[in-house]
Amino acid sequence: MSEAELARGVILAHGSMADGLVSAVRRIAGGAAEALIAVSNDARSPAELKAMLDDLARQGPLVVFADLQSGSCGMAALSTCRQGPGCAVVCGVNLPILLDFVFHRDLPLDELLPRLVAKGRQAILPASGPG
Amino acid sequence: MPIVLYRVDERLIHGQVVLGWGGRLHPDRYVLVCDDIADSVWEQDLYRLALEPGQEAEFVTVAAARDRLGEWRDDPRRTIVLTRDLGTMRELARGGLLEGEEINVGGIHHGLDREQVLPYVHLGTAERRALEELVSEGVTVTARDLPDAHRVSLERLLH
Repeated sequence: MSEAELARGVILAHGSMADGLVSAVRRIAGGAAEALIAVSNDARSPAELKAMLDDLARQGPLVVFADLQSGSCGMAALSTCRQGPGCAVVCGVNLPILLDFVFHRDLPLDELLPRLVAKGRQAILPASGPG
Repeated sequence: MPIVLYRVDERLIHGQVVLGWGGRLHPDRYVLVCDDIADSVWEQDLYRLALEPGQEAEFVTVAAARDRLGEWRDDPRRTIVLTRDLGTMRELARGGLLEGEEINVGGIHHGLDREQVLPYVHLGTAERRALEELVSEGVTVTARDLPDAHRVSLERLLH
C-alpha cells in the first residue's frame, strides 16, 4: 500500500495540546508519528479551520482527532467530514488512540474507526496502586 | 429569567460558551441568530451536538429574533443569545431593541481589513462601524472571552 493510500491523522485541539500529543507519539512510536499533523485552533477562525481540513481531506483518507466535540475543533471537523466517505472524526482524542492509529492506518476507515474508539475507551479506567 | 447573555462569537456554540459561560450562567437555551443557519438543518444538528443534557437551541433569522426578543425576556428559561458577527447584533439592536443591555464580544478572528485589538478580537472598518452603531442604540459593549477574564471596555477596543 502506498503512502498516499494510507490514512493521515490530524489532531485538532485547543492551545498546544496537539503538539504535545504528537511529541508523545514520537517519543513512543518514533517515525510512525509522521502520519500525524498537529493543528491548534488558536487565533484561527472556524472558516480557516474548515478550509485547512477540506484541503487535507482532498489529498487522501483522513482521520481528524478533535479534543472536544462541543468545541470549535470538533465542529470544524464534523462540518468537513460530513461531505465525504474518505474523512472521519474521532472526538475526545487520547494518546492510546493515536498510538493505535499510527500502526493501523492501513485499515479501511470503516474498520479503523470502531477500533480506535474501542482502544481509547479501554484506556480510560480507574486504577489504584498495590495495597 | 431574562436573557442572561448577548454574545458575538464567530464560533457560536463551542467550548468557551457551553463550558466557560454555560458553567457560570446555567442557561437552559441558546438562541443562534443567523439567517444562514436558520435555513440549514445539518448545521443546526451540528450545533445541537455541543449542548449539555437538558439544554435546547433555537435557530432564528434576525427578523424572527427581533419579533421574539420580548418573548425570550419573559420566558422563565435562561437564555443566551449568540450572533456570529457584530453586524448581525447591530441589526438585532436597531430601533433601541437592546437599549440598556450589555453585549459581550467573545471572538472575532482575523480577516481581510481587520487588525488585532485583543488576542480574540480583530476589528476592521465594518466591525468598528457596527460597534459605534450599537452604542448609538443605547447598548454597552465590552469584550471578554471567559467570565473570569478581565472585561475590556469599548473605548479600549476602538483606540
